[in-house]
Amino acid sequence: MKEEFKMDTREKDIEKLKDYKYGFSTDIENIKAPKGLNEDVIKFISDIKKEPEWMLEFRLNAFKRFKELKEPNWQKPKYPKIDYQDLYYYSAPKSMKDKPKSLDELDPKLLETYKKLGIPLQEQARLNGIAVDAVFDSVSVATTFKEELTKQGIIFCSMSEAIQKHGDLVKKYLGTVIPTTDHFFATLNSAVFTDGSFVYIPEGVRCPMELSTYFRINASETGQFERTLIIADKGSYVSYLEGCTAPMRDENQLHAANVELIALDDAEIKYSTVQNWYPGDENGKGGIYNFVTKRGLCKGKNSKISWTQVETGSAITWKYPSCILKGDNSIGEFYSIAITNNHQKADTGTKMIHLGKNTKSKIISKGISAGFSDMTYRGLVDINSKAKNSSNYTQCDSLLMGNKCGAHTVPYIKNKNFDSNIAHEATTSKISEEQLHYCQQRGLSSEEAVGLIVNGFCKEVLQQLPMEFAVEAQKLVGISLEGSVG
Amino acid sequence: MNEQIKIDFEKTFKTSGLSETDVNLKKKFLDKFILNGFPNKKLENWKFSDINQIIHKNIGELSFFSDYSSSNKIDTSVFIDELEHNKIVFINGRVEKIDFSYEDAEKIKLNETSETESEIKNFNSLVDLNNAFSSRIYKISIKKDYHLKKPLVIYHTTNNKIKSKSINIRLKFELDQNSSLRLIDYNNHQSEKNFINIFYDFELKKNSILKNYKIDNDHNKNIGYSFNNINQDENSVSENFILSSGSSFFKNEINCNLNGSYSSAFVNGIITLMNDQHHEIRTSINHLVENTKSYQLIKSVLGKDSKAVYQGKIFVNSEAQKTDGYQLSKAILLDESSEFNAKPELEIYADDVKCSHGSASGSLDENSIFYLMSRGLNYKQSKELLINGFIVDVIDKITDSEVKNLVKNMIGLKE
Repeated sequence: MKEEFKMDTREKDIEKLKDYKYGFSTDIENIKAPKGLNEDVIKFISDIKKEPEWMLEFRLNAFKRFKELKEPNWQKPKYPKIDYQDLYYYSAPKSMKDKPKSLDELDPKLLETYKKLGIPLQEQARLNGIAVDAVFDSVSVATTFKEELTKQGIIFCSMSEAIQKHGDLVKKYLGTVIPTTDHFFATLNSAVFTDGSFVYIPEGVRCPMELSTYFRINASETGQFERTLIIADKGSYVSYLEGCTAPMRDENQLHAANVELIALDDAEIKYSTVQNWYPGDENGKGGIYNFVTKRGLCKGKNSKISWTQVETGSAITWKYPSCILKGDNSIGEFYSIAITNNHQKADTGTKMIHLGKNTKSKIISKGISAGFSDMTYRGLVDINSKAKNSSNYTQCDSLLMGNKCGAHTVPYIKNKNFDSNIAHEATTSKISEEQLHYCQQRGLSSEEAVGLIVNGFCKEVLQQLPMEFAVEAQKLVGISLEGSVG
Repeated sequence: MNEQIKIDFEKTFKTSGLSETDVNLKKKFLDKFILNGFPNKKLENWKFSDINQIIHKNIGELSFFSDYSSSNKIDTSVFIDELEHNKIVFINGRVEKIDFSYEDAEKIKLNETSETESEIKNFNSLVDLNNAFSSRIYKISIKKDYHLKKPLVIYHTTNNKIKSKSINIRLKFELDQNSSLRLIDYNNHQSEKNFINIFYDFELKKNSILKNYKIDNDHNKNIGYSFNNINQDENSVSENFILSSGSSFFKNEINCNLNGSYSSAFVNGIITLMNDQHHEIRTSINHLVENTKSYQLIKSVLGKDSKAVYQGKIFVNSEAQKTDGYQLSKAILLDESSEFNAKPELEIYADDVKCSHGSASGSLDENSIFYLMSRGLNYKQSKELLINGFIVDVIDKITDSEVKNLVKNMIGLKE
């Protein structure tokens, strides 16, 4: 009886994945840089984006360094070798050659795509109070709500625009958290990044709305290299949302974005991500490689950076959003839900590097693995000898569904300071029969029961998300795990 | 180093009386060691303790020649007189005395064995070094249903005649069904600046019990490494206790394979350090079948300039349902210059398991000190009381009351 039930739900699960909700692609002719990676391609990217000399230099420096680096291979999820010469490093929707002045000028096909995704670009945006910087492939399409933000002196635009219009700011901060001499993928990004978002919040300003960008990967065989830079000046506050969906593809697509956050004195940055890229089919074929470098620098006193992530998509997720707590009394937080199903693999976690006095950090990580998937939490807490009176609390819980999947915890803890306190806890378990029985007894189907229990398991993290995201995330958690119990 | 090590190897085994096949096997391990050298921090397991650098800094050039032909005088003053025991005495890496006078001679078999290459697994280059240079291998077999009346103490002693030497000790133990062994490893060194490399292989058959207590409590300037490889059958128990505080550097590694259901492994450890000492405990408990259990508790107290490392891993195979694994490491840092690094790791492939770990490090609780001082103790006394309370937790995990008292006396804790 039980076996039969298992089969039934497994099939349902596969059915669901077949019509992956966001699995459609838009037919737009693309401008592409020639395939391959060399100085000419980098010059081409820089040229087509009309970048100043220093930006090209930044890219070439990074590329020089990139050539000396070896691809890392210590991570748990292994992947077939990527041929970096076989990728397109630049592609843009053709209709973007002349930048549209308003939403009406946009390619109607693009608008339709966003509508399917449910991005509130026009009236919806105003109703929901979200400013959207929608990114189609690698180039910003439209930036709304500019006026309201400009009134407060907030700069929220695409990276290309920022390089041209706010060159001083970009030059001052770009590469200060993730330098061109960083690891393999970050350096690759520094050399070839095409676009991304730029946010600057001036001194003492509290950003009146949640800033949001939706990323879409569209052109086949295009590695997407986004670069995001957020600067919160003294005493300011900003909450930034990032959400991703991608069309169904057979080939693996590389995504190596860089995100840099800088918080000056008394500033606070909250960065939330919901990632739901195409995870590959039920046999593990296709799907996105999500190798993202995210790093925040609490540069000033009393600053705070908080990362929240809900990772349900991608064939392989390999990222560690980190905080460098340099300013005294600064705070770093990391809240994460990672769900892997079928053949998905995730190796994710965080790094908290305590340098300043009285710095605090908190890590809450919830991992759920089902099917044939593999999940690893890998984290570092490093308390420097100068970081007097600092503290860290880490909790990582894993939930396993079935004995074909794996859940691993690999925390690195370094304490060089006797005033500091570090506490770390980790548990691994499964959903107990009693809990399921209880829920089913009260009339829930087994899937609803699992959804309910898992949402309860993740509650601490879901609570951290802004309202608009929390609803979507909660649904995602349910959808990602449907049919995985039995 | 490479030329010297080959010369030392020839010199060591020229007169050893080992058979040619044995020497040839040893040569293979030597070549393997020469290829890889001492482990360094680029290797994940040696990330926090770069033994290559430590040897270089503390000893400099090592001499690998071991004189197995001439005997050393036994200094009986190092013997533990608090409890009656059987002995194996190693001096400078050479077996000088084997004494099982308390036991039924028929129930314990002690023989020299040769090995084939396939028997020895690939652990790390230090084990290769050990295999290359340790003299004949003694295998101690405890017969079925026999429980040793008295504990066996293995003395790892060195005298002041040697310096900058690499000393390799290797033993094999086999506990047959329903047997039990209490084994105390006792380190006592008159020498300084030597590298002592100990490798034990344990085979635990059904229902057998092994209790291994490793004691390194007397201050010395040697560098030590100890590796326990334990294979456990159904319903067997291994209890490992480590008191790590004497040597300049010591790394204890325990690799335990729980091959039979209802088998269990316990690792309890205390690290107390000061003045530039650096100790590490690394465990790897592999739950390979259903219904197995492991428990680990490691506590460290770290004084000036000292550094402690705990790397613990619980591996659960996809067949090993109903596994119960627990791991806790705690450290008190007493000085600005002390350092504690931990990597408590879980690798789990089965869903019906209960696995958890915890790790905490920090300074002594000022409120507790205040409480005790308000009750009339001075600062030093309060501090001592708190530290003793902290580590006595681990000592209480020792299931053998005789050994428990011995350990308590050694570190100056009253009953």
